[in-house]
Amino acid sequence: MPAVQETIDQVRQIDVDQYKYGFETKIEMDKAPKGLSEDIIRLISEKKNEPEWMLEWRLEAYQRWLTMDEPSWARVKYPKIDFNEIHYYAAPKGTTGPKSLDEVDPELLKVYEKLGIPLKEQEILAGVEKTKIAVDAVFDSVSVVTTFKEELKKAGVIFMSISEAMREHPDLVRKYLGTVVPQSDNFYATLNSAVFTDGSFVYVPKGVRCPMELSTYFRINEKNTGQFERTLIIADEGAYVSYLEGCTAPQRDENQLHAAVVELIALDDAEIKYSTVQNWYPGDKHGKGGIYNFVTKRGDCRGKNSKISWTQVETGSAITWKYPSCILRGDCSRGEFYSIAVSNGHQQVDSGTKMIHLGKNTSSRIISKGIAAGVSDNTYRGQVSAHRKAENARNFTQCDSLLIGDKCGAHTVPYIEAKNSTAQFEHEATTSKISEDQLFYCLQRGIPEEAAIALIVNGFVKEVIQELPMEFAVEAQKLIGISLEGSVG
Amino acid sequence: MLEIKNLHARIAEDGTEIIRGLDLTVKAGEVAAIMGPNGSGKSTLSYILSGREDYEVTEGDILYNGESILELDASERAAKGIFLAFQYPVEIPGVATRQFLKVAMNEQRKYRGEDELTTPEFMRRVKEAAAELKIAPEMLRRPLNVGFSGGEKKRAEILQMALLQPKLCVLDETDSGLDIDALKIVADGVNALRSPDRAVVVITHYQRLLDYIVPDTVHVLYKGQVVKSGDKTLAHELEAKGYADIIEAAA
Ligand SMILES: Nc1ncnc2c1ncn2[C@@H]1O[C@H](COP(=O)(O)OP(=O)(O)OP(=O)(O)O)[C@@H](O)[C@H]1O
Ligand SMILES: [Mg+2]
Repeated sequence: MPAVQETIDQVRQIDVDQYKYGFETKIEMDKAPKGLSEDIIRLISEKKNEPEWMLEWRLEAYQRWLTMDEPSWARVKYPKIDFNEIHYYAAPKGTTGPKSLDEVDPELLKVYEKLGIPLKEQEILAGVEKTKIAVDAVFDSVSVVTTFKEELKKAGVIFMSISEAMREHPDLVRKYLGTVVPQSDNFYATLNSAVFTDGSFVYVPKGVRCPMELSTYFRINEKNTGQFERTLIIADEGAYVSYLEGCTAPQRDENQLHAAVVELIALDDAEIKYSTVQNWYPGDKHGKGGIYNFVTKRGDCRGKNSKISWTQVETGSAITWKYPSCILRGDCSRGEFYSIAVSNGHQQVDSGTKMIHLGKNTSSRIISKGIAAGVSDNTYRGQVSAHRKAENARNFTQCDSLLIGDKCGAHTVPYIEAKNSTAQFEHEATTSKISEDQLFYCLQRGIPEEAAIALIVNGFVKEVIQELPMEFAVEAQKLIGISLEGSVG
Repeated sequence: MLEIKNLHARIAEDGTEIIRGLDLTVKAGEVAAIMGPNGSGKSTLSYILSGREDYEVTEGDILYNGESILELDASERAAKGIFLAFQYPVEIPGVATRQFLKVAMNEQRKYRGEDELTTPEFMRRVKEAAAELKIAPEMLRRPLNVGFSGGEKKRAEILQMALLQPKLCVLDETDSGLDIDALKIVADGVNALRSPDRAVVVITHYQRLLDYIVPDTVHVLYKGQVVKSGDKTLAHELEAKGYADIIEAAA
């Protein structure tokens, strides 16, 4: 309830500049020269002090990538990216890796404070009502700090940057990296495999319920820099973890590339809940600038009775190309995808999921809410398939689109394929407009137009918002209101 | 309080004139009933009063407390105290009734430069008003009007009116769909709001409601005009004889 009120307040407060995270921080950076080559990859690997096998893996990916073409099947349009105009590594000077909080450059801490990300453990502990959230803060190419590491360690949970994990837990990383999203998976994933810089690593051991929410906060700051994040989360047998991801970037005229790979692995009876609130800079109202968000996220329900649930709130980026998926390999495993994708101005969203049923008695659920305003394009693209052996596979898909104004587009592209006759797939899709009646009704009660739209839209997405952890739910509702600012009139 | 002078209005989209030179004055403290055959323009008048943009005023004026409100948008008119209980209340999926109420109350307060209500104060008021109207607390948690029965929707409208404390209340066929007990509860709710600084406009087809909410004046609307005005006895006459005579006289 208060969240909606806050949404409205928030919408009120913003003037012309809607994107409040658009500030740039002047900080001395250590940058690789522009362009991509084996030497650059060696440099990244060296900066990160990686084991030899990692470098080889990267180089292999690079060779593969050179033979690949950018995919063109998504309903998005953009000028060709010049991959040699990008810096593939940028780190605040003197940060070779994460340190303890008191060692982090105070300027950097200020950035996160300004973004509203809690990094100070004491402060969080002092607030009685607040639940604890451990944060891994990634600034351009490196993780600058990871909080609550000690406390998590006591529970046996490993939560650190992937660069650090490569040094401290090489066996675990080597065992799982690239096993869900193979090196050669797709153009952007292969590029990521070659040049990924940082991201988070989580391992929750057998039978452990992670004692707090884990989260990674990504910030792209440096100009002309690509961010290639790599995240790997493993929930061992019977383990549970809830993980949140947030992201913002400064306002710039040039487009910037974010090509992440996220791999989740759930073993027998394990559960992973992965939530994203994506708020990359979307570009200005003329469609200039903004992040190209080309992301490969996939979860592998490897064990029986395992469960992976993706929840995403996508409000930012000039272009979003993203399909968090589940491979339902283990018998009786379950995959879920809850999505809110908001597009306004000139934003283009092509997002959805894949549910690949391989094991017996596997089930999946897809709830997608697309909201298009301005002259944006919003596409849901989803695939549900049942393998020959996937007896009794079940899927329920519900795909709702809401249009605000008449210059935007919403599209639904479902692919359904069942190779087993016992599969039961249900698909429901609706497209609606905010009705004049609803709007007038709200206005008549004294609710001004923008607040009314925020209210109606928050009602429309409620089913998905409920899936988010409390703190993020409030944030997400605010964000949706802000993203739709200026969508009427 | 309300002065409508020679009002002409049409549907913005196709230019069809619906209100054709309508005059009506309602004083503070007064209860005015508007009656008239189906399609005569009663609901349209209520929409135009409250600022719905589907209609265009082409001539005449609407004065509220002496000032023209034609330039104000619907939310501003609402915040200034004009309330419309809809003939067909609208469903807002996913938005809990209580949440909607809180947003509406606070938006109006904000417009008037008042502080927002604290949550406990808001809860206290809602509970009290809901109890008066015999609305179960569970209903306040349900999305506004979604799946409400016809009578529940009407009661929810009156609940909103009670909480928003408007100055000019327009009730569009609030009695339709109400059972006998509900009719009495709703009428009590409206009567509780009657005060010297508040006016009520009741749009209805039946004398039944006017037995409970006794009007000071009764007006007959026909083809977008007030063709006859009188006191409460006019409603009784209509109940007995129908509109035929009046329509004939007007033609
Ligand atoms: N937006 C619209 N588009 C088309 N016709 C309209 C529109 N609004 C009103 N009308 C027409 O204007 C006339 C008056 O309608 P209105 O709803 O005001 O009647 P009413 O007096 O409230 O009738 P009832 O007693 O049946 O509720 C009707 O003929 C109606 O069809
Ligand atoms: Mg009517």
